Parts: sequence; C-alpha cells; structure tokens
Amino acid sequence: MTAGRPGTSGAAAAPKGGPPGGRGRRLIPAYLATGGRERPRGTAGFDRLTLLVATDQQPPELDFGPEHRRLWTLLRPGALTVVECAAHLGLPVSATVFLAADLVGGGHLLARSPVPKAEEIDRTLIERLLVGLRALP
Amino acid sequence: MDSVPSPEPATAPAAEPRPGQVRYLPATGQTLMKLIITGPFGVGKTTLIRTLSEIPTLHTEEVMTRSSVGHDDLKGLPEKATTTVAVDFGRLTVPGDLVLYLFGTPGQERFFPLWQDIARGALGALVMADTRRLADSFPVMDMVEEEGLPYAVAVNRFPGAPAHSDDTLRKHLDLAPQTPLVQCDARNRRDSIGTLIALAEHVLTRLPEDD
Repeated sequence: MTAGRPGTSGAAAAPKGGPPGGRGRRLIPAYLATGGRERPRGTAGFDRLTLLVATDQQPPELDFGPEHRRLWTLLRPGALTVVECAAHLGLPVSATVFLAADLVGGGHLLARSPVPKAEEIDRTLIERLLVGLRALP
Repeated sequence: MDSVPSPEPATAPAAEPRPGQVRYLPATGQTLMKLIITGPFGVGKTTLIRTLSEIPTLHTEEVMTRSSVGHDDLKGLPEKATTTVAVDFGRLTVPGDLVLYLFGTPGQERFFPLWQDIARGALGALVMADTRRLADSFPVMDMVEEEGLPYAVAVNRFPGAPAHSDDTLRKHLDLAPQTPLVQCDARNRRDSIGTLIALAEHVLTRLPEDD
C-alpha cells in the first residue's frame, strides 16, 4: 500500500498528523487523519456492499489526496461495491469507506445501498433467488 | 488457496487495475446479496467461489486487532498488535437482477470478530467440510449458529478422500434434521450451484409464510 506515507505529497512543512478539517488542504490521507476520531464522520451507512458511482465532479487535487483520486478514477467507467474497490486498490475495506465517505461528502461520488435490509428479506426475494439459481447456465 | 497474505502488506505495490480488468455493475436496478462461504482452512472455499464467480476472485486484506488474536493458535506467529488475513470473494449475477457476493470467510475461532463483521446482513452461510477431517468444521458450525445465520453444509469430495453416505456424514457432523447436507465437487459448476440452491431452499423454510 502506498497510502501509509503521510507527508510526501507537498506537505513538507506540515506537522505529521495535524488536526483534520479546519483548513482547506488535507495534509495526509483521510483515513490516517481519522486517527483521533471514534467514528469517522459520514461512514455510518457504508458497508462492503454499498454501491459507489462517480459523478462528473473530479475531486480537486488541493482538497483530496492521491488515494481519493485513485478511488474516483477507478469508478469513472462504472459502478462497483466498496469491497470491490478495496480489492482493486489494495486498500483495507475500512480505509476505502473513509475515502468514499469523503468523496460522497464533496459530491464526487454517489453511494447507494442496494442490499435488502433484514426486514426486506422475505419469501418473495428468496423465491426469486431460487428461480434465478435454477435458471443459471 | 491463492490468497496468502503478503508478509509485508505495507510494501505491496498498489498497482492500478488495468482497463478492461475491472468488471463494473449497472448503477441501478439490481439487488445485491451476501452469502458466506466458510469452513476450515483448505476445505475448498476459494475453489467454490472461483467456480461460481463471474469475475476473477478478488481479495481484501482485513486487519484484526489484538483483542482478536489473544488466543491465536498458529505456531510461530509472533505476538503483535494487529494481523492481517486475506478474505476472498466473488460475484455471481443471477437472472432476475440479483447479484450474489460470495465471501470466503476463515473458519477459525480466532477470526470470529472479523467473521461476524463480514457475516452481518448475509442471507445465510455455506459451511464446507472435508470427509477426512469432519470435526474441523464443528467450530465453524458453532460460530454460524451463534450468529443465528441459516446454513447448509457442503461436503467437498476431494479426489481420493473416503466416500460416505449422506446419513453417515449427517451423523458424524451431528446435524439437526432440518439442516441441509450436500455433497459436491467444488470445482464443478453444477455441483456448486446445487449447494447454493440447497442453502436458499433452507433460508426459505426459515422465513414466515406470507399472509
């Protein structure tokens, strides 16, 4: 992972691990910057199967680190789940969630959860699944 | 098993996926569902996932913290604050706009917190077993039951492994009468689809009837 190299992208004068937020420029990758936070903002609704789609708004270099831009670039051609993004980028799922939440917050990604909630797993859904499985080539 | 974690994950190259290598999903209109494929090490979880998956099998490196490695039984693994384990997964689009994600989760008890995290929201679990070491699947079955997940047992018939009747296997695995047992060759697509059908049929029996 190249992500574990804080301070190598033009942030030479910045104190390592400076407080997140506050100023406009992010000095270290978001998920490293979350170190002091119990629960990173905006990540509560994400899980492995959250579907991510890029918008046309490219994340500006001044506000986002290289890992954010890698994620956005990966998603430019189409939609993927969080766990697929993590695997393709070689990042932990938790780190991918932090990046995705930042990008959703900035309007650069859309996230949706096409996963049925527990109360939505009903007989109709499983019957559809069975019909589909039996029809597989 | 092609997913041995790199001993030095921090130095692994973060190669960009090549165009054409990534198989994207439609942005809307599909329902995504999660199934857990679990069982002892080397039982064929990754083989079954590879057989079924429409994408080349992927994996994530999952980090576990100290609390979950306290009772580590791996010989020679140095005590450390965190350890990583590779979790394989694959994807299977089923007619009817359903997309199944198959997660191969390690069955060892020391991975239970990770296991629980991945299993959250899953429809059910397929517990795999090997006739040469059936008892290795017991802790996994305990974990699945503790989690309250519906499960079916898939006995992977390895070449040269002793064959047994379903009845004998059920007895040795101490299965409840309603728990499905399927014998399969995890390299065979029809067999592997059959294990998912057995699991889905079982999930259906656990759901309340429509009124």
